[in-house]
Amino acid sequence: MADTTVRHDESGGATRRDVLDVVTWSAVAIGAGTMVWPLISSMNPSADVLALSTTEVDVSQVPEGAGITVMWRGRPTFVRHRTPAEIEEARAVPLSALKDPQTDEERVKEGKDAYLITGGNCTHLGCVPLGNKVTDDRGEFGGWFCPCHGSHYDTSGRIRKGPAPLNLPVPEYEFISDTVARIG
Amino acid sequence: MATGSEQVVFKNKTARWIEDRLPILGFGYQHLVAYPAPRNLNYFWNFGALAGIMLVLQIITGIVLVMQYTPHTEMAFDSIERIMRDVNYGWLLRYAHANGASMFFIVVYIHIFRGLYYGSYKAPRELLWMLGVVILLLMMATAFMGYVLPWGQMSFWGAQVITSLFSAFPLVGDPIVTWLWGGFAVDNPTLNRFFSLHYLLPFVIVGVVFLHLIALHTHGSNNPVGIDLTKKDKIPFHPYYTVKDLFGLAVFLLFFSYFVFFGPNILGHPDNYIQADPLVTPAHIVPEWYFLPFYAILRSTVYDSIFTPLIVFSYLGITEKLMGVLAMFGSIAVLLVLPWLDTSRVRSANYRPIYRWVFWLLVIDAVVLTWVGGEVPTETVVLIGQLATLYYFVHFLVIMPLLGRLERPRPLPDSLGRPVLSHGASAQPAE
Repeated sequence: MADTTVRHDESGGATRRDVLDVVTWSAVAIGAGTMVWPLISSMNPSADVLALSTTEVDVSQVPEGAGITVMWRGRPTFVRHRTPAEIEEARAVPLSALKDPQTDEERVKEGKDAYLITGGNCTHLGCVPLGNKVTDDRGEFGGWFCPCHGSHYDTSGRIRKGPAPLNLPVPEYEFISDTVARIG
Repeated sequence: MATGSEQVVFKNKTARWIEDRLPILGFGYQHLVAYPAPRNLNYFWNFGALAGIMLVLQIITGIVLVMQYTPHTEMAFDSIERIMRDVNYGWLLRYAHANGASMFFIVVYIHIFRGLYYGSYKAPRELLWMLGVVILLLMMATAFMGYVLPWGQMSFWGAQVITSLFSAFPLVGDPIVTWLWGGFAVDNPTLNRFFSLHYLLPFVIVGVVFLHLIALHTHGSNNPVGIDLTKKDKIPFHPYYTVKDLFGLAVFLLFFSYFVFFGPNILGHPDNYIQADPLVTPAHIVPEWYFLPFYAILRSTVYDSIFTPLIVFSYLGITEKLMGVLAMFGSIAVLLVLPWLDTSRVRSANYRPIYRWVFWLLVIDAVVLTWVGGEVPTETVVLIGQLATLYYFVHFLVIMPLLGRLERPRPLPDSLGRPVLSHGASAQPAE
């Protein structure tokens, strides 16, 4: 806005005022940035929200062939009890056939291969796919199917077809006993 | 670029394109860059800009705090404790906002006393001054309602006391109070509407501030000498006063930061960390410091001690309680008509040998009233409060009209430049 004032010397070089101008605006930018940081940071998850971040699931309650949905961090999380045939099917898929290549072994805990725990929101736009109930439409790959935009997941929760870009995410979890998994 | 009246032509193509369709850049340029300001403004002229900055800061911190606050009697207190403990930088934002209110009032009070000293309220700036008083009233309403939101003991009982003021009016008093409360006590509906209005009023203030600035820029800023200035005595606002205001801001932020980081609760009352309890009144209900002078006036107008003769008003139906309310509102209303109460033609107190002392008496009076407002009203305190209240009104209603006629002002210079350029320093005030 200061275009109407002359502030360069005749030869076109920088003047003392130009230097002062740059220094001042730099100081203003740093100061404003510092002041803005707490305002922005306050909108991040707060300590009490982060404290709600573990959930325990008794996986023995999940019948073979079906899945259940539990709440973790306010979102659905799938716990699927897979049949040996479904595990077989997941492991037979070559990585080259996958959009987001990941082996089935990477997605489960060793010795607990039957239990697949994944986030329950489609990686496309966040809908909750069908497939936990045996009677649900599980899509072409027998895992989950999101009818909203047509994404198909396999029995390892990996994306196989449709607009979703990524596999259903596997959260941090561990088995704290033979039958209880703690998510988060 | 010494004056702001001429058409601005921007070199930047985009700026020209915008300016041709919405002349907002030229408006900003004329009022913030080119605005011809008197070249003799002293540091007391920093406080208008500081007040504007505080308003913006309060709005910004407030908007972010509201994202974490719950306006419900059962959850408000806890939501604030959550802000203090769990929300990232919540402590900083809340302390900046709560102390920011105090800082805003400090800045605005200095701004007002500056206006009083240099006669900034006199023609042709009467509306400018009156808009300022409106801003003060809006600020007081906003600050009061904001103080209620944490739903602590002082919040609750402060709301109780202030809303009960309206019960002083005969006949309509009680229905008005019920209406204000939205119920039969200060309760959830009261908290909700206070929250709504606390969010709304700052934006109304922004609107009135714009009017205040338009009124200011119509005739230009007053100055320490108080004479009308020619073009020659003015300099562009930028860079001269932008730099001066920035320096003032830096110093002010040091002061502000001391409170936020080292004494965030010095200006608050510890009882507000006790959750509101409608069944227990705090031992001593006091408002925030910036309301103390008005609170003192409210409490001093009892028909007792030196005000015993006022008992005649009780025969007219004006109870002590109503008198207190009237006096308190009157203490601000008197400022609205000050431009007509002050009969002196000379603006600056620098050229008014008696007024410059009377001004300081008013400052002392305000300090005394502040002290009285914070004390438990014992007999001595009431007497001091009554004397101070009396003086407050005598200052505006008696001294100001009379002094203008009786006082003989010192001769004013014709311009700022002439005495300096001709080395005639004698006509230039030392201040």
